[in-house]
Amino acid sequence: MAKVRTAIVATGQTHHRSSRLDVNGIELIHEAVSRCLEDGDLTIDDIDAVVIGNMDHFEGINYVDTWSIDGTGGFMKPVIKVTTGGTTGSTVGHCGYHLVASGMFDKVLAVGWEKNSESDTTAAITTAFDPIWDRLVFAGAISGLAAEAMAYMVKHGVTEKDAARVAVRDRKHATNNPYAQLRKEITIDDVMNSPMLSDPIKLLDVCPRTDGACAVVFASEDYAEKICDRPAWFHGVSVKHPYNYLGDYEWENSLPSMHMASQELYAKVGIKEPLKEIDVMELYLPYSCAGLSWIEALGLCKAGGAPKLLWDGVTDMGGELPINPSGGVIATNCIGATALLRIAEAAIQIMGRGEKRQVPDVKTALASGFGGCFWSDVTILKSTKPK
Amino acid sequence: MAQKQQDQELLQYKSRIKVPYTWSVGEVGSRFLMELKENKKIWATRCPSCDMVFVPPKKACTYCFSDIHEWVEVKDEGVLQTFTVVRYETPLIPGKSPQIIGIVMLDGADTGIVHLIGGVPHDKVKVGMRVKAVFEENRKGHILDIKHFKPI
Amino acid sequence: MNGVEDITIIGVGQTAIERRKPAETFADMAYEVVTKALKDAGMTIGDIDNIVTTSNDFWDGRTISSMAVNDAVGAGLGKNITTVEGDGTFSAFYGMCRILSGSYKNSLVVTHVKGSISDNIHITNGIFDPIYMRPIGLDALNTAALQMRRYMTKYGITEEQCGKVSVKNHANALKNPYAQIKKAVTLEDVMESRVMADPLKLLDCSPISDGAAAVIISGEESAKKHKNAVNVRGVGYCADAYFLGDRDLADANALDMASSRAYEAAGITDPMSEIDVAELYDAFSYMELMWYEGLGFCAPGGGGKLIDRGVTEMDGKLPVNPSGGLLSGHPVITGGLIRLIEACLQVRGDAGDHQVKGVKTALAHGVNGACGQSHCVWIVGR
Repeated sequence: MAKVRTAIVATGQTHHRSSRLDVNGIELIHEAVSRCLEDGDLTIDDIDAVVIGNMDHFEGINYVDTWSIDGTGGFMKPVIKVTTGGTTGSTVGHCGYHLVASGMFDKVLAVGWEKNSESDTTAAITTAFDPIWDRLVFAGAISGLAAEAMAYMVKHGVTEKDAARVAVRDRKHATNNPYAQLRKEITIDDVMNSPMLSDPIKLLDVCPRTDGACAVVFASEDYAEKICDRPAWFHGVSVKHPYNYLGDYEWENSLPSMHMASQELYAKVGIKEPLKEIDVMELYLPYSCAGLSWIEALGLCKAGGAPKLLWDGVTDMGGELPINPSGGVIATNCIGATALLRIAEAAIQIMGRGEKRQVPDVKTALASGFGGCFWSDVTILKSTKPK
Repeated sequence: MAQKQQDQELLQYKSRIKVPYTWSVGEVGSRFLMELKENKKIWATRCPSCDMVFVPPKKACTYCFSDIHEWVEVKDEGVLQTFTVVRYETPLIPGKSPQIIGIVMLDGADTGIVHLIGGVPHDKVKVGMRVKAVFEENRKGHILDIKHFKPI
Repeated sequence: MNGVEDITIIGVGQTAIERRKPAETFADMAYEVVTKALKDAGMTIGDIDNIVTTSNDFWDGRTISSMAVNDAVGAGLGKNITTVEGDGTFSAFYGMCRILSGSYKNSLVVTHVKGSISDNIHITNGIFDPIYMRPIGLDALNTAALQMRRYMTKYGITEEQCGKVSVKNHANALKNPYAQIKKAVTLEDVMESRVMADPLKLLDCSPISDGAAAVIISGEESAKKHKNAVNVRGVGYCADAYFLGDRDLADANALDMASSRAYEAAGITDPMSEIDVAELYDAFSYMELMWYEGLGFCAPGGGGKLIDRGVTEMDGKLPVNPSGGLLSGHPVITGGLIRLIEACLQVRGDAGDHQVKGVKTALAHGVNGACGQSHCVWIVGR
């Protein structure tokens, strides 16, 4: 039980682009922070503490927390950095939550950002893996995901077209999101005809590289309702980062860390039938096939049952459980921000600020984070206060 | 296999990270650096709320977070606030060892700029000296278009 | 304050700080300190419900540096885990918040670094902004030299006064089994040591080190009765401006703010008389004097006189760095957590040969960023 009930009361993000030459990293962060303060009708003086995250090697800045002061407004405030690879954004979001729920601060600004245009993404990601055992045979994020996709497709007879349906959905949803990077619809054929990157992942199956930032304000119960008329209340988080070596991963099971994290969280908040009880999900799906195997890990259906959910339109806007109304990661992937964007977009749905991408009547939203060595983070937000 | 060996040879693996970077300077920084390159002038920005003049220029104020739009030119000379003579070998400081690094408060600015101090024997450098920017002949739009600051 | 009185630190573990540890990987070091901390707390890994690791991608040479130690700290058992990138005092604060939020009961906080395996100059050059400061060739040492000269100019502090910090801390380290350098130095040794970047001399600088540390923080009622229980009385942290020219390097304003918050929470109004021992972040000798001022042990500019009067010696009114401090061994990232561990050992009466008598309240301090930009202060006691 949280000591202090905590909610998200304001969000801000940049218009995500493949490259923002008009701003340096600090200025990119400032943009998202300014928009977030505006969203909550707040000034920087209202902020009690700052938490920031990104993946160091993408911008080559050491000690980003102290470097980014001009961007976060952290001058003479408590500032801390958290980072866990792709899950950084959710790690940042969870930190914002704990800092407020602890009673130590009333209003915390959480920032996730990345300027992927500044580096060779694959070269940087490759440094995540152990230099003695894994690094020399590993080739960035895509090869690991491809191996996982292959294992799942073979096990359940799922096809590349089934996977493509996920990409088509997310790209279509992105057309409703003015902040998304890729805002043009694609067809199944477009995906199938796109260049093969790492069997079976093709160019249009996978996320782009993005420059972008996201800022969120977490507030304690005393302040939340003064700042926002419909705060997005934190009901629970679960984090499972169990693997470190590629050889430890259970390739043939759909993202076990997601299964563990979601089961733990559902039990904590009392969810028994996620498909029925959750109104919207913002999931960190860096590539199409994940949108099949990982929703099975989330307990939306039995193993191998995901393609049917996709083809039946269950996860489209207007369906029983829309997934990624924002367009998700396949439309925008500023890595350090991405998982925080999932939390922010879930909050936006509850706050009713989704405009063209708003799902009607959202009371319960789930956001996920993914990264590292097949790690998973899950967050549940609701329109009602936790007990 | 038996337990830990007493004289186990300890291997080391030498390597390096190779991640090249292309940093975005941004509009504000680009204007500053282009002024160094084209006109040998140093421009700063001024906060509308607290009046602080920033060199290098900022888009938002460090102290009050206000958006900044106003540009002001500052002089290319000012007062040396602090310095050090670097005596260890480092491949990262331009010029021959020992190099001198300092912080200069340019006339008209409220924040100091960190740069090299040159054209002076290192035992003659003093805090409080007035120094002036010496520009390179061939400039690229880079902070080192200023070669160093030299006492005047 | 808001519940810190329910928080206790019940287990600590540190490796010996060494110039290099060729036989150990990061995971080995992390495992060593986790094992020690668990034993110290009388716990098993099963009693830990969440973990905060602390590491730096540049020093480790790998992005997602937490991945190198997740196994060794128990994440593989499906525990909730997170990673702070910054000094260990900050991650311990977050570990405490994760308990105060009601989410967890026992936080294991672990830090590690191996300064020996890579290039300090390049790594600390990476702290500086790539457009304006990095091309000048700044690093942790030459910027500290800029700060030292500014501090001396503004307040008339002398190199000798700074040198006395080095003499004191090296002498103290002789009694700390974990210290890397156990060699006494005289003031003459310091003054004659090789000039690195004026006015910093070799013996004014902390060495390059390998080391790891862990603490176990508990929010359980039963922990308060633990034989090793050290109560947390207050914590504060604060960051100053980033660009070196944006602040007066002679004044530790962020430390002043951080310590004010910690003192307020702990109900301390007169640090000099209410604190019995302090472990401070002496990355460079002059810094310890600056931190006396930022912590309110004396007025701004009074640090030199304080050490001249012997106030911070082992037999002084407020001993500082009985462990020998960072000048005797400086594993980055880990350095602040070791200060916190040493403060806890002092409160427990477990500091062995470097124990200060009659410690009820101890202060620990950590720093993040160049030239002491960001500070974290802990007040612990019984």
